[in-house]
Amino acid sequence: MARDSQAALVALNRFGLGARGGASGDLINASSDPRGFVKAELARPSSVLLEAPGLQSTQQLGQAVFGYQDQVKQAREAAKTAAPAETPAPGEQKPAPRRNLSLNAAATEIAGQMSEAKPADNASKPETMQPGVAAPAAKPAPQPLNVIQKTFRSEALARLQRATLITCGFTERLVGFWSNHFCISASKGELARIWAGAFEREAIRPHVLGRFADMLKAVEQHPAMLFFLDNQQSLGPDSRAGQNRKRGLNENLAREIMELHTLGVGGGYTQDDVASLARIITGWTFAGRQGQLGAPGSFVFNANAHQPGAQMLLGRTYEPAGLAQGEAALADIARHPSTANFIATKFVRHFVADDPPPALIARLRDVFIKTDGDLKALATALVDSDEAWRAPLTKMRSPYDFLVASGRLLARVPEDPGVYLNSLNLLGQPLWSPAGPNGFPDTTAAWAAPEGMKLRLDIAAQIGARLGNNIDPLDLLEFAAADAASIETRRTVERAESRQQALTLLLMSPEMQRR
Amino acid sequence: MDCTENRLLTSRRNVLLGGASFAAWAYLPKFARASDGRDPRLIVVILRGALDGLSTVAPVGDPDYAGLHGTIALTSDGAHPAIALDSFFALHPAMPEFARMYRDRHAAVIHAVATPYRDRSHFDGQDVLESGYAGPGRVQSGWLNRALEALPRGARVSSGLAVGPTTPLVLRGNAPTVGWAPVALPQADDDTAMRLVDLYRHRDPALAMALSQGLQLEKAASGDDMKRKPGDAVAQMRQVARGAAKLMAADDGPRIAALAFDGWDTHANEGGPVGRLAFLLGGLDGALAEFESGLGERWRDTVVVVATEFGRTARINGTDGTDHGTGTIALLAGGAVKGGRVITDWPGLKLGYLHEGRDLKPTTDLRAVIKGVLHDQFGLSDRVLAETVFPDSAAARPMQGLVT
Repeated sequence: MARDSQAALVALNRFGLGARGGASGDLINASSDPRGFVKAELARPSSVLLEAPGLQSTQQLGQAVFGYQDQVKQAREAAKTAAPAETPAPGEQKPAPRRNLSLNAAATEIAGQMSEAKPADNASKPETMQPGVAAPAAKPAPQPLNVIQKTFRSEALARLQRATLITCGFTERLVGFWSNHFCISASKGELARIWAGAFEREAIRPHVLGRFADMLKAVEQHPAMLFFLDNQQSLGPDSRAGQNRKRGLNENLAREIMELHTLGVGGGYTQDDVASLARIITGWTFAGRQGQLGAPGSFVFNANAHQPGAQMLLGRTYEPAGLAQGEAALADIARHPSTANFIATKFVRHFVADDPPPALIARLRDVFIKTDGDLKALATALVDSDEAWRAPLTKMRSPYDFLVASGRLLARVPEDPGVYLNSLNLLGQPLWSPAGPNGFPDTTAAWAAPEGMKLRLDIAAQIGARLGNNIDPLDLLEFAAADAASIETRRTVERAESRQQALTLLLMSPEMQRR
Repeated sequence: MDCTENRLLTSRRNVLLGGASFAAWAYLPKFARASDGRDPRLIVVILRGALDGLSTVAPVGDPDYAGLHGTIALTSDGAHPAIALDSFFALHPAMPEFARMYRDRHAAVIHAVATPYRDRSHFDGQDVLESGYAGPGRVQSGWLNRALEALPRGARVSSGLAVGPTTPLVLRGNAPTVGWAPVALPQADDDTAMRLVDLYRHRDPALAMALSQGLQLEKAASGDDMKRKPGDAVAQMRQVARGAAKLMAADDGPRIAALAFDGWDTHANEGGPVGRLAFLLGGLDGALAEFESGLGERWRDTVVVVATEFGRTARINGTDGTDHGTGTIALLAGGAVKGGRVITDWPGLKLGYLHEGRDLKPTTDLRAVIKGVLHDQFGLSDRVLAETVFPDSAAARPMQGLVT
């Protein structure tokens, strides 16, 4: 079969997470049947689920965080009653500096000077992608990670390892798309932080090749989303709880469901509809630490907080039916034509171009409507479209995709997520922590900003300094793009003055930045 | 897929940082030759990018030099005169510390030197320089590591010190090494940024504009464009040398170290007595001074070898720089160096004498220089040097009398 390296670039970069280096043969495999290479992953639904040893359910994690918070509280109270113990400052125990004593002392002395010279901002982030090795020696032993930090890191590591190892990465890209569409932010608080990974594993992944309506329901009933958009605080004004506590609606989740998750701004809903949906989903909450309504940390419907009575939403009446009232409303919103249009537009913008081709949007919208929101059909229609293969590779890889693509090319399975997490913070895409409920931006301009490009280069230079020594940059260019690489990129890599510089330039080349 | 490199990095760091791990090699028996009072040290500095030897140690006495090197040629007079080393060669004015060491007979120059490599690829040239093999394609181990391995049992030299984020090839191999790198957040250097902007200009103008603006913003944020920043190449070279010297000065510290400085690929705007090359040479000069002061009394027994993968064209190109060439210089510095000499079999710069009509013809094999140093510093035999450390190098006899 004819080889088409340009189409292989589209298969691997536009739809996937980039070619893997080493013996994977990704570029060759993709170039003999680019569409088949991408679609093969859709045929393996198990590759979407993420199960790794030690990853726990939302409910287990909820109990863990409640337990941890209790411990902290007890420790604080114990400390208050006990006499404050004198602890010597770290510097006081150091022996006076002496020359030529021992290597260990010399190393510690250098480390001390260096860490003092470090900007304070960095001191709190010991794991920026620095090749430096000396600093930790002079620092006091780091605090052991608490259960929230540990969980966040294991969840991040599992996701990064999956992204690095998977063949094409199309399903992981779909997970990333939907996870960002239905984002929560881990910076909302301890519960959001410990739940961020479980939310994606439980509410997003099982439905990425399933039905939109099922994903919508799983997302809006997930404790992480209910906590993130405050629905656990929302009480029906006329419910028993609302009457007792003189508190009422919080419209946050209802508004974002319609504005960001389904219909989109201008999708035909009014402020009355927002309030109505807010009333409909009152009582959607999760059980707290006392577990009065259910197992702590699990989704529950609190009938006491639910607004009684029928509600009008988008011209339809929803009879009082408890939890089923909201589920019926979500099911209808999921198949609303505005939803189909909103999702199709966003989908094409993410995968094809900032200015998405209208004909392709129309086709995907029709698929969405005709299949009642079958997301596998939606993804398949995208891969089958000619527009997605013909459009020039102008989109910018997001920081996450850039770091993962670099790790794949270098055939390095992450063992520790720290380097990735810190780089993502630096590049403005902290994992599972967008600034608002609209998620991270998805346009070229957002990720090709001057400061971002400069930081990307610095990070690429650090990767180059650390790993460039042991690689043949021209081999790597073959893995990354083969004869689809431009002459200029090839020359730039060939003429670099060191392997380390060559790797830096390769990682920053348009072939690695654009998709 | 493997993540060996990652583990190696981590463990190397632990070796250097963990007190207990130090002990393992701190109590090795005394170096075999310690009885004569010497405790020799060797530092190998690799200049990546191919240093212009004709601009660093200029043959100002060669009638063809000024014409070939044109606007960037060094002169013995003018605003920034080169420093006379003898009646024929003059040192770049950016290297006063090296000049002082030379006057004190603790520094020497070897000119018209090259490895056996005769092509023009940085990567292959560096492989030959560091692997110690006669040709490219061997990257499993470096000559300095094999020299470590060949030291007599009980030698106190112990591990070699790899300075920088990774072990350079020259120090890779079976013999154990430890690593150290300064902690300052490394940023992409100007040369790399410039090359990338150039690539973007040709292939991706939008990214070219974004990156250029990002680089300018950073310059503006760090104050005066022209002022040297604490993180610039010169400061970094000094900082790296200072740290390495401190580790090597320790009684139980490593006796052998290797490090690399980048940025010597001067295709355009190389500069003469001032400019880009001058800036880098100033950094190298400062690093040598840091080695001297950091090693203290150990400097007496130290040899620093400065080498590069190949030289640059004798004639300047159309952009006031030089292209990839062949013959260049190696520098020796240290209290153990029998210095105050430019050692060369000068080939001349007449067109007919140039290698392929364009490069300084190499008349000295760099391996002979290094073999001479290894023989004199560590007592490695001619046979081991010719067969193990630099395989198939019997023809390049160890140069004699480089070390006091």
